[in-house]
Amino acid sequence: MSEPMDSGTPVLAASHVTKQFRVAGGHLTAVDDVSVEFHAGKVLAVVGESGSGKSTLARMLLRLMPVTSGTITYQGKDVTHIKGGELRSYWRDVQAVFQDPFASFNQFFTVGHTLRRGMGAEKLSEATLDALIETCLGYVGLKPGDAVHKYPHQLSGGQRQRVMIARALMMNPKVLLADEATSMLDASLRVSALNVLQDLRENLGLTVLFITHDIGQACYLADEVVVMEHGLVVERGVTDEVIFNPKHAYTKRLLSDVPDLKGSLKVRED
Amino acid sequence: MTNISSNAVSAEREGPLVPEAPQAPGPKAKPAWRSLNFGPRMWVSIGMIVAIAALAFIGPLFYPYGPDQKVGGLYDSPTPEHILGTENFGYDVLAVLMASTRNSLINGLLAGTLATVIGVLIGILAGYVGGWIEEALMGITNIVLAIPAIVILILISMSLQSTDIPFLKGIVGLALVIGITSWPWTARAVRAQASSVGTREHIDVAKLSGARTGGILIFDVLPYLASYVVMAWVLQLASAILAESTLSMLGLGPSGTNSLGMQLHWALAFQAVATGAWWAFLPPTIVLTLISFALLYLQSSLDEVFNPRLRRGKKKNLAKAAERRADAARKLAEQIEGRQEVSA
Repeated sequence: MSEPMDSGTPVLAASHVTKQFRVAGGHLTAVDDVSVEFHAGKVLAVVGESGSGKSTLARMLLRLMPVTSGTITYQGKDVTHIKGGELRSYWRDVQAVFQDPFASFNQFFTVGHTLRRGMGAEKLSEATLDALIETCLGYVGLKPGDAVHKYPHQLSGGQRQRVMIARALMMNPKVLLADEATSMLDASLRVSALNVLQDLRENLGLTVLFITHDIGQACYLADEVVVMEHGLVVERGVTDEVIFNPKHAYTKRLLSDVPDLKGSLKVRED
Repeated sequence: MTNISSNAVSAEREGPLVPEAPQAPGPKAKPAWRSLNFGPRMWVSIGMIVAIAALAFIGPLFYPYGPDQKVGGLYDSPTPEHILGTENFGYDVLAVLMASTRNSLINGLLAGTLATVIGVLIGILAGYVGGWIEEALMGITNIVLAIPAIVILILISMSLQSTDIPFLKGIVGLALVIGITSWPWTARAVRAQASSVGTREHIDVAKLSGARTGGILIFDVLPYLASYVVMAWVLQLASAILAESTLSMLGLGPSGTNSLGMQLHWALAFQAVATGAWWAFLPPTIVLTLISFALLYLQSSLDEVFNPRLRRGKKKNLAKAAERRADAARKLAEQIEGRQEVSA
């Protein structure tokens, strides 16, 4: 197990985290002794095929799933076993956007209700809440106003995902986990969602964990890349190093599946 | 705060959420309840339930005889004045039937609602929270299921008859007994559904939004089970009414109260079947059958309403749509042919 790559103080870190599920006749190790660190204002991508353990890692980092062993620290504090108010306070700082933009909504709530829900404990005035909703929807390029009265089924897939990002931003988080947040969007909306995340990082200094099976997207967005296979971290490094000088056979294979990635990146730089 | 230009551009490409230009008013939107697509079976069952409820609650207001008013002797035959004759105590059968139906419906409502509330509470907690709470609650449920309900019902009903609390001796006491003993099936079914809903992403989003367990259960889990709970409740109503009738017919019903089961009990006790006094036992039997049939029919039609795959008439609608498309294609072909002829 290699050590984490950056020596600065991380905002969020998983240290030697393992997750095992009980299955018939034994245990299935979904995440095996993984250590990752998230540094302020950086985008870290976790890449791997389906079943590599990246979403399980994200759910453990979000404390939506207990770890089997290992620790999760947030701003230097162990949050592995926090509960109740402490956990809710952790969730204010660490937010997520999930894969399915329709399943993420409670279909009985309007967009406005979904956005306001997280602010219940804040006791903000209506005017302040409205201003906050307008700002957060503005961040993701959506027009407020009547949008807040719509139900999820009245929005397109891309709009739903944008609302979900806006919902996360309402909490003013320090870290945003995007778990396959673009995989259910079509190609044009995917680029637009990636741009939203890129802009949020640049304009708000948000730390982003971008989980994807598409190494091309990871390279487009991330400063650092972690490659996972069968629950193990097989390679990690700054994005350019992983793309141009992959060391592990699995990373090479993932890169070979992306048509002309290096060329695309060159175009992006130009 | 900064607005993000690149996203505003992409949002424009995706289309605004709200149309900017005023649009011509379209056809009037259907009210929400109409989207439920009630089928004929639903209307038939609702019609039957309304008719039975009218007999029970509105009928006595217009009928000249009361259920405690002696109008004749033992099993007097039907006459134009007493269209269903008299029963063993000389009371008008129709007047007693209306009072019995009302009490049986009230009993069913109380017992069915109580069983549904207990079942939903236990099922939703077990299914969503999981772990040792689920194991404990499901353990209790399985124990209650394993004990023959009819035995428990008989034992508790007998003990209620000797109680000093008048409230428990009546129809409410019996409803409580039935409600308390008939929740396990609902609990098991709701647990399975709640367990499935609990793993959905919107639950994770609710947690991340700071919602507490109670709030998640009420606002994020229960609404997704609503259709299921309504169907379970309708079934509980039917089974509670039948359970009350069974107990009452065995003589374990509330003493001094009219109910469909008690009518059958007295008819059996006073040899109505042997003496051919059909008006004493047939009307309560028919009403009981109609209530059960209407509720079971309602439950099955609700299944169609909530589950689009079961909707009837789908094939017919598809055939109509295909016909419309064929018509449109024919017209288009005729137009093209017409143009070709003109150009030739």
